[in-house]
Amino acid sequence: MRCSLPRLCVAVLMVAACVPGLAQRPYNLGSAPPPEEIKALDHVVGPAGKELPPGSGTAKEGATLFAQRCAACHGPNGTGGGMASRLVAGTPANAQNFKATEKSAISYYPYATIAWDYINRAMPANKPGSLSPDEVYALTAYLLFRNGIIQESDVMDAKSLPKVQMPNRNGFVPAVPVWPAPPKPSWY
Amino acid sequence: MDSNRSGRRRFLERGAALAGLAVGAGLPASAQEGESAAREVKPKGPFIYGERSRFVTMARTNDYSKSVFQGMFGPRQNAPLQDVTGNITPAPLHFVRSHSTLPDTDPLKYRLLIHGMVDRPLSFSLDELKRLPSETRVHFLECQGNSSPGHHGHKKFEYATVQDLHGATSCSEWTGVPLSVLFKETGLQKGGNWLVSEGADAGRYTYTLPLAKALDDVMVVYGQNGEPVRPDQGYPVRLLVPGWEGPYSVKWLRQIKVVDQPYMAWDEAMQHSISRPDLGEKARWYHFEMPVKSLITRPSGGQTLPGKGFYEISGLAWSGAGLIRRVEVTTDGGKTWKDGKIQGPVHRKAHTRFTFPWTWDGGEAMIASRSTDERGDVQPSIEELSKHWGIPSQDSWEHADHAFHFNAIQRWRVTSDGSIHDAMFAS
Repeated sequence: MRCSLPRLCVAVLMVAACVPGLAQRPYNLGSAPPPEEIKALDHVVGPAGKELPPGSGTAKEGATLFAQRCAACHGPNGTGGGMASRLVAGTPANAQNFKATEKSAISYYPYATIAWDYINRAMPANKPGSLSPDEVYALTAYLLFRNGIIQESDVMDAKSLPKVQMPNRNGFVPAVPVWPAPPKPSWY
Repeated sequence: MDSNRSGRRRFLERGAALAGLAVGAGLPASAQEGESAAREVKPKGPFIYGERSRFVTMARTNDYSKSVFQGMFGPRQNAPLQDVTGNITPAPLHFVRSHSTLPDTDPLKYRLLIHGMVDRPLSFSLDELKRLPSETRVHFLECQGNSSPGHHGHKKFEYATVQDLHGATSCSEWTGVPLSVLFKETGLQKGGNWLVSEGADAGRYTYTLPLAKALDDVMVVYGQNGEPVRPDQGYPVRLLVPGWEGPYSVKWLRQIKVVDQPYMAWDEAMQHSISRPDLGEKARWYHFEMPVKSLITRPSGGQTLPGKGFYEISGLAWSGAGLIRRVEVTTDGGKTWKDGKIQGPVHRKAHTRFTFPWTWDGGEAMIASRSTDERGDVQPSIEELSKHWGIPSQDSWEHADHAFHFNAIQRWRVTSDGSIHDAMFAS
């Protein structure tokens, strides 16, 4: 029986190439995370809203919550209180109406999901991450309503929130961020 | 007897270390030697961690636009670039911008999770990251709002210093693992074109980065100027995105998720968007790369020349596009420009020191520098920038206070008494 070493090597390589994770993993470091580790961190919500959790809320529920958790900094009606930027600025005519301090105004946002994600991750600033999904839906609904984008009775949830038509949806350049970006002069 | 005992102890220690390595259980090898030892015994004593002379006072300052939320949003400090020599900013003087309170991460409990559109989600310990092939590179980091016209206070801050005006840029030697190495371990799925990076700070700071850039030169770094990354710079691990605006380099990095599109995190899409007259009714977002820039750091605003005579002009130039090719210097307000001397070695996307010999005759002078990068981009004057951005007059700059990526030439006015003043908006 002759089993040459080169032939054996080829056979081993062919098997390795067929098993994902063997051929393409040069250092074999890092471990497969338990599903709960991913779940605990997998909370970022994109424009399509596919990561939005179950739950719901309305502007009416949000109004009470806003008074308790947000108004101290953002003002009683979200129009700014000196401590933090205004969240309510009406529907924008164009971007030029927005000064640096008004970029928190919900009517400036191209996607309603931005508000949900940021409230969920970073607000209130003295206790980020302390709001439940229902509370985040309610606060988002309240701010959308106060900016004249939805009705007071509209229920915001994982299905309805990404569908909200934002008035400033096409207010940005480039329309679709891409990289590599076309060459530009240094001052652009 | 003594030597025998110490020999036996050495053997036991070595055996334990080998066992740790071989079995892979318990503490990782580097932790046994490094962090865990530090936890048990806090070294004390003179000279074991060098201190500077008591006569040296250079320090970071709080940015004067600091918010009442400092406590909630963490430190916000500028680097004393007028006092720093060479290209490297000492880590304790590196500028700081943060958006919520700093985490206090135990390095032995640290994990970096990579998931989303990958073949194999993986979680890396700090030790595992340090075992992977590393790279060490010199790169600047700059806040995209550095040098904004608002900082110049429209001539209100006549004695503003480099630190006040331009102190939100710094340069370090960074050590870490290229993201391309980590993605070889996880594999990438088709359609995964962007990645969301998130920090472990209270507000879970988040930014989206195009995958093409990530595979080009982005690193996950744990070393800064030969030491572990400092807590205010993201200890134990931060992202480093060379040449791009600072916020992409997420600190206290704890997860990277590969996704199919920009995720429009509030900070990237809203807070860092900017409206400008030349953009009409729209606002600009996703600026990415920092432009070519330079400034004279000595002599500079707030300093006073003791008398006429020789002074070496010294400054920094950098560009997000790559190498600095040329720095020109004027001492007559821009009538004539001469090449400054670039100090080597020059690194891509890094602070680059230049010098220029100057003899001050004791009269009024206007000094400034102008840099050119490897792409041929030339730093614009304030007049050129005003024209490009559609800003009709000096007063109009007030409405562009937060014009990000501001890279106009910094003029310093030297008066006959030797005092030096910010003349960015001087006509």
